Amino acid sequence: MRREDDFQERRKHIANLTDEELYNRFWELTAQVVDPLLELGRKNTTPSVERAVLLRMGISSLDTQKIVEGCMDRGLMAHGTGHVVYKLSKEKSISIREAGEMLAQGKCWDEAAALFK
Amino acid sequence: MTELKHNEKLDVQNILKDLDKYEPRRRGWHWRTPAPGIKMGPFEYHDCSEPLKNSVGLPPAKFFGDIDPQPLPVITTEIASGRFEDDIRRMRMAAWHGADHIMVIRHMGQSHIDGLMEGTPQGIGGVPITRKQVRAQRKALDLIEDEVGRPINYHSYVSGVAGPDVAVMFAEEGINGAHQDPQYNVLYRDINCVRSFVDACESKKVMAWAEMLQIDGAHNANATAREAWKVMPELIVQHAINALFSEKVGIKPELISLSTVPPTATPAPCVYMDLPYAVALRDICGRYKMRAQQNTKYICSSTREATVTHVLNMLISKLTSADIQSTITPDEGRNVPWHIYNIEACDNAKQTLIGLDGLMEMVELKKDGPLRDMARDIKERACLFMEEIIQVGGYFQAVQEGFFVDSARYPERNGDGIARKIEGGVGYGFIFERAEDYMAPVTAHFGYNNVEQYGGDPENPSALIGGCTFEDRSKIVFIDELDETDCVDVRIANVKKYLDGKALKPEVEWCADGTILLTMCIPANTRVAEAAALEIGTKLGLESPEVISKEVLQEAEGTRIEMKGKVTFDVDPSKLVIPPEPHYLSDEVLYKEFGDHPMKVVCGTVGEDEHSVGLREIINIKHGGIEKWGIQVEYLGTSVPVEKLVDAAVELNADAILASTIISHDNVHYKNMKRINELAIEKGIRDKVIIAAGGTQVVPEEARKTGIDEGFGRDSHGIDVATFLAEEAMRRRGDL
Repeated sequence: MRREDDFQERRKHIANLTDEELYNRFWELTAQVVDPLLELGRKNTTPSVERAVLLRMGISSLDTQKIVEGCMDRGLMAHGTGHVVYKLSKEKSISIREAGEMLAQGKCWDEAAALFK
Repeated sequence: MTELKHNEKLDVQNILKDLDKYEPRRRGWHWRTPAPGIKMGPFEYHDCSEPLKNSVGLPPAKFFGDIDPQPLPVITTEIASGRFEDDIRRMRMAAWHGADHIMVIRHMGQSHIDGLMEGTPQGIGGVPITRKQVRAQRKALDLIEDEVGRPINYHSYVSGVAGPDVAVMFAEEGINGAHQDPQYNVLYRDINCVRSFVDACESKKVMAWAEMLQIDGAHNANATAREAWKVMPELIVQHAINALFSEKVGIKPELISLSTVPPTATPAPCVYMDLPYAVALRDICGRYKMRAQQNTKYICSSTREATVTHVLNMLISKLTSADIQSTITPDEGRNVPWHIYNIEACDNAKQTLIGLDGLMEMVELKKDGPLRDMARDIKERACLFMEEIIQVGGYFQAVQEGFFVDSARYPERNGDGIARKIEGGVGYGFIFERAEDYMAPVTAHFGYNNVEQYGGDPENPSALIGGCTFEDRSKIVFIDELDETDCVDVRIANVKKYLDGKALKPEVEWCADGTILLTMCIPANTRVAEAAALEIGTKLGLESPEVISKEVLQEAEGTRIEMKGKVTFDVDPSKLVIPPEPHYLSDEVLYKEFGDHPMKVVCGTVGEDEHSVGLREIINIKHGGIEKWGIQVEYLGTSVPVEKLVDAAVELNADAILASTIISHDNVHYKNMKRINELAIEKGIRDKVIIAAGGTQVVPEEARKTGIDEGFGRDSHGIDVATFLAEEAMRRRGDL
């Protein structure tokens, strides 16, 4: 978009604001811009968010992407990949790390998927 | 871990030992400790911080008792040559010059890698950021901070498509600060905008837990825009979006820092333009911290020019505020990080900020006039920019319509902004809505997290698994190396003799890279001068000579050239002939000696010799000559017959005779010395008078053979003569 400088026209409604009023208006507007972005973060997840969850659960960085891909392939992302590992470890009475390693090796995926049916 | 010895090299292999077991000693950011009114040497300072235990002061510090006052802002230096092991040595040098914020730039392309990199591969344009590299550098910095006596902040980048992964690793490894700004991903890395903001929520939450200082990326708009000074309203908008977004995720305002750059540079009237912007930014974003960085948009390859820009930029910092003063100059324009320029930049910052100490107790910014009018104008434009983002449907829509990095001054538009599609970019299509049972049993996870379904505590989700890596470090998986050849051990083995000190080679960034820099004036136009310089480099035996800076002195008369090239040979330090260190008495001792025991000296240039410069350098107070310490000097002039010199000594009851002798034809200089000695004996004053002679051809040992007490050759100075006279007098008194 190309546009001439129409600042004088555009500023009319803020021209008479005090500096403090202008400050408050600016930050109210900024909040309106960022609030929906935060809402997206609350409601959604991504492969990188999930890898970061798995890392904190003590899973090797070499395995995190494999587990995330396995979850994406089977439509399990919405439940949380850490959740998948957690539930599998409980189901099989094994540690989180062992459950993660099995999934990363391509094992137990049918079992894991069945836990979320 | 053994502590560093200031006169021994830091052993990187020692750092790498048992790295898998190393735990960072703390989390969080460290500000300097203010020391208002601190007295150092003869001075009192107004806005300095606690001094260092060990440091290298500015060159003139030697005139002031070697004081090294430290400014209040944290000083940043960026160190990332591609080999992290060599960067560690540079970090130590920088810390000794006052850097306490070490920023490591990432390897080119790392922001598009899905997941963490591991091992220690060599990088291009930066260092591959891996757990091993981070842990080794943090461990080294722990030693270095003990050595200099001030905590050092270690910093890198949380961005790209693996931002949250990197944030977790940084939190685990005790990283103290990081760049995190989803707008950077969107605008400059073309990473999908929705993905970038969802990831940023998680990254920022992790950073908040680790109490890292966050720096934004808004300054890149300045560096990218065609006419950088026109993007001022947008810069404020970008800063505000990231800052408030971060605060709402949970980062404390005092750990949110704006990366702010004075938008323009000379020959623009830059302070007139940059100061109102700096004021406007602090008016709007004053509750956050300011990390002031030098303008890089207009930097060229002249280090002198870059240094002046940096100093002008720091004047803006001083007149407004800066919590962190970044130093990337003066070789950013060459795109090569050189050891010496990191250090120069730290010194530039220290020199400028100490030089401006207390300034704001004497001056203040005007409350009206062009400064405030221009600041108000920028703030209104920023406000209108934010308004229009909402009007078009929000941030993503605004990005899609090319609102950002447009080169016109808002609200004018040139239509050349960076436009990114909401449904596009790297990572597009990888956003997943969380289901009702979504769960992540870890600390510092952002957003909906249903741990209650398993009886978990929403305040402590990781309790479900007995704590995550943030509570239990033993759960962290340390990966050592993935590549047998592209790793630190192989690189170190290749340069072992240099690391062990068995061979020496100059370096600019990597051990034994051999690169040197030559500065020269070639009396020809730039085209000819460049070709001539390369020919000179080749004839000097330099490998890959390359001209890196050309400045016209006058179109036809000459060009200033800076050329780099590699030396191809080693120097064997065991074969070097190193002369003994010169021995000087301190000013204090000399003042006392000649105060308690006044000394009168007669001197002149002897024989048929009209040279006077050398002797004047030795005696004149203005040239650091012996008068300085209170020695009384009777100067007889040039072509003084030796008899006259000795007679004057008798007449004036002198304590010493100084003879200057330049002409050495037929050994006349030694003959004159011998004659002075004989005359002094004849006149019965030899026991009382100290006799010394000097000149460019004088060899001290040969001079002493003539019977006089001492000779002084080329490169002798007043301090050499004063030290000798004092010690000889002490010896004769039996005090030495």
